Amino acid sequence: MTQLEVLRYNPETDQEPRFQRYEVPFRDDWVVLDALNHVKEALDPTLSYRWSCHMAVCGSCGMMVNGEPKLACKAFLRDYPGVIRVEPLRHFPIERDLVTVIDDFVAKLARVKPWLMPKEPAPAAGEYQQTPAQLKRYKQFSMCINCMLCYAACPEYGLIPEYLGPAAIALGHRWNRDSRDGGREARQQELAAKEGVWDCTFVGACSEVCPEHVDPAAAIQQVKIESTVDWYQAHLMPWLKK
Amino acid sequence: MESILADVAIVGAGGAGLRAAIALAQADPALRIALVSKVYPMRSHTCAAEGGAAGVIKPDDSLEQHFDDTVGGGDWLSDQDAVDYFIREAPKELLQLEHWGCPWSRAADGSVAVRPFGGMKKQRTWFAADKSGFHILHTLFQTSLQFPSIERFDEYYATELLVADGRCAGLVAIEMRSGQMRRFDARAVIIAGGGAGRMFPFTTNGAIKTGDGMALAYRAGVALKDMEFVQYHPTGLPSTGTLLTEACRGEGGVLLNRNGRRFLQDYGMGPETPLGRPVLKTMELGPRDRVSQAFWHEQKKGNAVSTRWGDAMLLDMRHLGEKTINERLPLVRDMSISYMGVDPVTDPVPVRPVVHYMMGGIDTDISAATSLPGLYAAGECACVSINGANRLGSNSLTELLVFGRRAALSALEYMGNNKPAPAPASLAEDARGRIRELMQRTGGTETVAGLRKEMLRTMEEHAGIYRSGDGLGAACAKLGELRRRYRRLELHDKTNVYNTDLLQALELGSMLDCAEAVVQSAAARKESRGAHQRLDFPQRDDRSFLRHSLASYDAGGAPRIGYRDVVITRSQPGVRDYSGAHA
Amino acid sequence: MSKPYVRPITSEWIFRHPRYLRYMAREFSCLFIGGWTVLMVWGLKQLSEGPLAWQAFLELLRSPASIALHLLTLAFATYHSITWFNLTPKALPLPFIAAAHYALWGVVSVIVLRAAF
Repeated sequence: MTQLEVLRYNPETDQEPRFQRYEVPFRDDWVVLDALNHVKEALDPTLSYRWSCHMAVCGSCGMMVNGEPKLACKAFLRDYPGVIRVEPLRHFPIERDLVTVIDDFVAKLARVKPWLMPKEPAPAAGEYQQTPAQLKRYKQFSMCINCMLCYAACPEYGLIPEYLGPAAIALGHRWNRDSRDGGREARQQELAAKEGVWDCTFVGACSEVCPEHVDPAAAIQQVKIESTVDWYQAHLMPWLKK
Repeated sequence: MESILADVAIVGAGGAGLRAAIALAQADPALRIALVSKVYPMRSHTCAAEGGAAGVIKPDDSLEQHFDDTVGGGDWLSDQDAVDYFIREAPKELLQLEHWGCPWSRAADGSVAVRPFGGMKKQRTWFAADKSGFHILHTLFQTSLQFPSIERFDEYYATELLVADGRCAGLVAIEMRSGQMRRFDARAVIIAGGGAGRMFPFTTNGAIKTGDGMALAYRAGVALKDMEFVQYHPTGLPSTGTLLTEACRGEGGVLLNRNGRRFLQDYGMGPETPLGRPVLKTMELGPRDRVSQAFWHEQKKGNAVSTRWGDAMLLDMRHLGEKTINERLPLVRDMSISYMGVDPVTDPVPVRPVVHYMMGGIDTDISAATSLPGLYAAGECACVSINGANRLGSNSLTELLVFGRRAALSALEYMGNNKPAPAPASLAEDARGRIRELMQRTGGTETVAGLRKEMLRTMEEHAGIYRSGDGLGAACAKLGELRRRYRRLELHDKTNVYNTDLLQALELGSMLDCAEAVVQSAAARKESRGAHQRLDFPQRDDRSFLRHSLASYDAGGAPRIGYRDVVITRSQPGVRDYSGAHA
Repeated sequence: MSKPYVRPITSEWIFRHPRYLRYMAREFSCLFIGGWTVLMVWGLKQLSEGPLAWQAFLELLRSPASIALHLLTLAFATYHSITWFNLTPKALPLPFIAAAHYALWGVVSVIVLRAAF
């Protein structure tokens, strides 16, 4: 057996969150999500949390496990000796128990215009040509599952809520780097704003906690360089059209 | 009750729902589109699909062959006019996705790459590494963000359709964060709510696949078609049930029993092909129903590998080499290591068949229309039918796109020919009353977890890969009993904010309805075809059963089962031959 | 009714994980480097005020406190440089970019040290 200490919050009965302890079976192939499911099924059906795929691709089950942002479906009980503290993802308001309000992220994602703005019109018959090397340039940034662990790890986002944040910037960068895309200028206003990349001081925590190895910190620094070059080009050599 | 006005309400924001929304927004920017989903779109289970999406694109392939593979793969239960439409639209939709920026994997010359897949004579499965569904979903979701006319209602659980004057006029939904109910008055509704694999205990499906969309239509009087056809994917992880893509075998992986034998050759899928050089449509690239059934037989013979999670077979990919695995199957390697402690580069991975897909669903015609005017359905929740008795891998991701768009066009046409006719307010109030009654119920004798456990056990025991008359009879009785006991369910959580006890209770209700349709349809189909195999009726019976089952809701009782002939055009029912001999 | 709870942020985040402490150490180095820069400006001023002022400045530099502070500053500056050089490939994913930074550092250091001694 092992113990979970879970942060609970129900606005209808609680003024503020409180911890509740549960004893759950210890199985060496179980993840925290399995333990939570056991709690809900056998001990306390009132516990609320998000989950779906149980294979780290849907991004639903992000939460704090012993103070670190993790996907509950990939946090193995065998890696946590002692009582396991489970809390909702940090830096987001708590809706109920382990469910957070993610409106801020969803809005920011839309603001970076994460869709293809084609450089050229689509070929009349067939696909845009894109070599494996061109695909590689943006592939890793397209792997983001929108789990928001990076937002929970980022102290800038915690201190400056207006900050665009790692995932949104990484996804904007993903499109900037797609060989088919010509929308860098259109995304510039959001990405190169103060609340865009310039609120980042390269703590690098985002890339450390990212379960998909997107490396949003790299994306942000690359956007910093690109937008700086763009700025100088626009001001010193405005006759040069991109 | 707060009312939201829309032209079209779409239930479900996965691949099919998003595709429909985009099609509507592009067709007419003035349309008000309400995209209603119980989860945020990027959580939809489309994200878990791995292998790819089929569409004829290479010069050595032809529409004719895609047609034949699909119809044969479906054991001739597919409606051939629908398959014809599907295979023609398939390449156009996959190209459209590419034009929207989908990161399809590429050949060296920059053209899209295709890979081999089960049951397909030619390579026509477009893929994005082994996360094709994930990339398709995110491409669609991100593309949808550019259309201001698509208004999203994330984490709204639709409880009932509003039906007035014999037409669908909208729906009622719970706003999950507040527990408040809202009515959506719409001129047309498209259901794209996905399948119901969670009615089984071992499934690749995520928590959300509980058949809510199917139940919505079913309770509004639309039949559920071919529900008995439940697909088992041969290679799920024994520990979690999660999916290892068919592409493992497409790239050359092989299946072994405890004696190290590639046993599929003993079940009509031989002769054994050379290691690492798979031949299409034979051995490990046979169709899913045959491969899963072969495992069942091996298990009975005592040839299965014993693991602590039960019996399994071995998926051996060692000969593919680390480079290929990292490049084409990175998620597979990650999952095998994390959840099984096995590295496919150095060891064979234990796998077993798990429930994966429902060929059956909401009865629609070739234009995605249901029998209820104003109601359309697309994706796994619908049954057109293009997949017949057994779906070929990589046809379903394409199906989302083709019929998502088709449903949108049909809804558009319907609205052009019909004036809006909102339902009376009392209907929505009645719907709210039903939820209130459940929430406030006291003195109940049942719990969500208790009833669900019994349902799962029944389905596993009696509605598995091989079924029998006695077993199905027991399942029908049991599910009828669970349906009655469901009315005495009492919630532990009676609060309003994000109440997942309530949500799970409603999802259980959906699953019970769908499960009853499955077992009643299965009991009535006295033959074996595709994924529906009966020990007491082992042969296919085209004379009596070249027909679709139709399960119709009968309030307070078991569904009524009816039949409709399959549309046959140019492919007469033949023998499904997956032996290498005919190649 | 929905009533989300916002957890207050305090500076305890610095101690939540070693990576945050390492980050703060890197950032903290700017205090020492900035302070050293001010000292150099002060030295320039002393130089402009004639040989006596300059000698007094050199005496100050040779004091034990000054030596200790200089060693500390050198340590922080080195830590800062090493962490930044190691992070450079993220911002500029070019081959051997970190090695190039170290090489350039080495070359410049040799030139400066030769000029000083």
